[in-house]
Amino acid sequence: MDDLILAAVVVVGIPAVLVGYILLTEQILKVFPERRRARVRPWLWLLPALAFLFVFLVYPAIGTFIDSFKDRRSGDFVGLANYQYVFGSPDVLGAIKNNILWLVLFTGLTVGFGLAIAILVDRVRYESTAKSVIFIPLAISFVAAGVIWQTVYAFQPAGQPQTGPLNAIITTFGADPISFVRNATTGTFALIIVGVWIWTGFAMVILSAGLKGISAELLEAARVDGANEWHVFRHIILPLLMPTIAVVATTMVITALKAFDIVYVMTNGAFDTEVLANRMYQELFSFSQFGRAAAIAVVLMLAIAPLMIANVRRFREQEALR
Amino acid sequence: MRLGRSRLLAVGAASALMVAACSGGQPTTAPGGSGPAGSGPAGSGPAGSGPAGSGGQIGGTVSVIGTWGGDEETAFLDMVAPFEEQTGVDVQYTGTRDLEAVLTTGVASGILPDVAGLPGPGQMRQFATNGDIVDLGTVLDRATYEAETAPTFVELGTVDGMLAGVFIKSAVKGPIWYNVANFTGEPPATFEDLQALPADPAEQKWCVALEGGADSGWPGTDWIEDIVLRQSGPEVYDQWVAGEVAWTSPEIRSAFETFGQVLENSYGGPDYINATPFGQGGNQLFADPPGCLFHHQASFITSFFMNEGGATADQYDFFLFPEIDPEYAGALTGAGDLFGMFTDTPQSRALIQYLVTPEAQQIWVDIGGAISGNLMVTEYPDEISQRLAEALADAETFRFDAGDQMPGEMNTAFFAAMVEFAADQSALDSILANLDTVQTSAYEE
Repeated sequence: MDDLILAAVVVVGIPAVLVGYILLTEQILKVFPERRRARVRPWLWLLPALAFLFVFLVYPAIGTFIDSFKDRRSGDFVGLANYQYVFGSPDVLGAIKNNILWLVLFTGLTVGFGLAIAILVDRVRYESTAKSVIFIPLAISFVAAGVIWQTVYAFQPAGQPQTGPLNAIITTFGADPISFVRNATTGTFALIIVGVWIWTGFAMVILSAGLKGISAELLEAARVDGANEWHVFRHIILPLLMPTIAVVATTMVITALKAFDIVYVMTNGAFDTEVLANRMYQELFSFSQFGRAAAIAVVLMLAIAPLMIANVRRFREQEALR
Repeated sequence: MRLGRSRLLAVGAASALMVAACSGGQPTTAPGGSGPAGSGPAGSGPAGSGPAGSGGQIGGTVSVIGTWGGDEETAFLDMVAPFEEQTGVDVQYTGTRDLEAVLTTGVASGILPDVAGLPGPGQMRQFATNGDIVDLGTVLDRATYEAETAPTFVELGTVDGMLAGVFIKSAVKGPIWYNVANFTGEPPATFEDLQALPADPAEQKWCVALEGGADSGWPGTDWIEDIVLRQSGPEVYDQWVAGEVAWTSPEIRSAFETFGQVLENSYGGPDYINATPFGQGGNQLFADPPGCLFHHQASFITSFFMNEGGATADQYDFFLFPEIDPEYAGALTGAGDLFGMFTDTPQSRALIQYLVTPEAQQIWVDIGGAISGNLMVTEYPDEISQRLAEALADAETFRFDAGDQMPGEMNTAFFAAMVEFAADQSALDSILANLDTVQTSAYEE
């Protein structure tokens, strides 16, 4: 019953408040002289959104930044101790190393596979079917994907029947089974493959859309002039697709830096597979080290910020070209 | 062993019957004044009259968060069913794997369950010193509680004189399991004798399985704890828990080395040990030909023998971890499920009062897989649980799981260290040094 009342209040109340706010802004605008109203109005309309952005993004970010200089209970200031920990502890350094692996391999593989698939299926009859199949993993929750891949990677000792498809294939050819996830040599790579499996579809869809935007006449003209398919790809498609590739790549880099779910579900950072986001979660919730968690958050934010800025800038340039 | 105790406890089917049988006996505690419920907190609020005083209908709801899911959740709900019936209180249980995160954020935001399972004594101490949880001394009749509970459990639940947490069930660590068809000799008197036994007819002496998802490595920590307690004694054990003995000290190093010998005589090698889920750890006991002779695991493992290993209840038996240094004979490690109270309402008081009673705990015991936290519960559904419960009651030295008492950061590092050690024993120096580094910061307040 209470829920129904709440639902009614939300459904009716929120639009009512918004309409009320717009009416209110018109009242406020009457204070201003006629000719300046047009310049003030957009700001008043933007104000609620900016307020939400401030309360839920800017304010917590500043809070996190301040907390990163405080002790584990966010009490006293401890100077740079938390940053010393982040860049001094072998555990966190291991996480940074793995994040770099994620960054390079995950980005390279998703963009590479995405591009290859987008181009290969571009002119076949069953294009939409093929693309759907590649895209499906993105619809699966990361946790479920982690569980699925646990089964794929499953390991039994040599001589026992293998329950995991990968080890079943390997042992059929006479090799010893490999414990893919639960060993420090292959662990991170095994997890990155899971990430690639999920995200390749996303890269493919965006790149495929970019590919469709390249005018067919241009490609036709090149072919008439005697360019072979490789030349067409290398000298026409690739340069024209470059802005799209850059957008996809930056998105993937950000995804790689934020990698959390797969690691959390499959290993929780054991077997040398730790990443920064999971470490931050552990410091915060398992260890009650608020200061260190905040410091890791700040480091992650600083690592991602330049990419975000580059991305926004590129979007702007593209908008300007239109 | 966070994951260890949470997991299925077979035999769930019998539960409906048990509840019916036990709800008849339950009212004897409440009005009688002898139980913790009736006599204790008179005047300390409306619940003072006890949970089930004649016509003790309280009504309302109480929210409970714990780690139990699946069969264990069913068992808990069966356990509280008579309580709900008698008090009219609706128990709203939520099971989560992320108990620590839920409680840490809950304490910060003030959005908390009324009653919660606590992740371990370490975290409980933090909640208690911060004043987040209610002193159960004001809820229960302390004298009765202390009379009915093992002293170690009372002590573990007490922080600076405040009763912060109560145990509603417990588990014995350290039993060594075997297949009665493969090992027919007398239980060895010492660990040395045990190690000298031939593996025959099995391929190897031991089965060790360390995989446990996010908590991988914890079964190894149980090994180290059992060895430290029997090799270096309870005093060193307590100092180690308190962070006063370094990991690189000779005592702890020696425990790792002893465990290293076990690993060398274990089925399947390092990859198998790290990749095998703890629940399947005992499967090789029942394989044909058997992969191993012995498996070291807490008392909950029997349901896995049946569900994962295809064993029947008459195929396995156990002996307790044998002594290492005769000076410390009769030592036992164990664990238990702690409960604490975050909000002081008549309903949460009544629930806590009910949960500690032998009548309530008997319900779970009868379902199987649990050893009661209450010493008055002496009837167990099978011989193995009965013997484990007696071992717990008779232990000369009883110690709670060391890792679970350490700060969360230390415990997590301990888990990870076991995995690393099993993968590569030659890295012991750097593993222990790393644990020392964690130790210096984990114990800072």
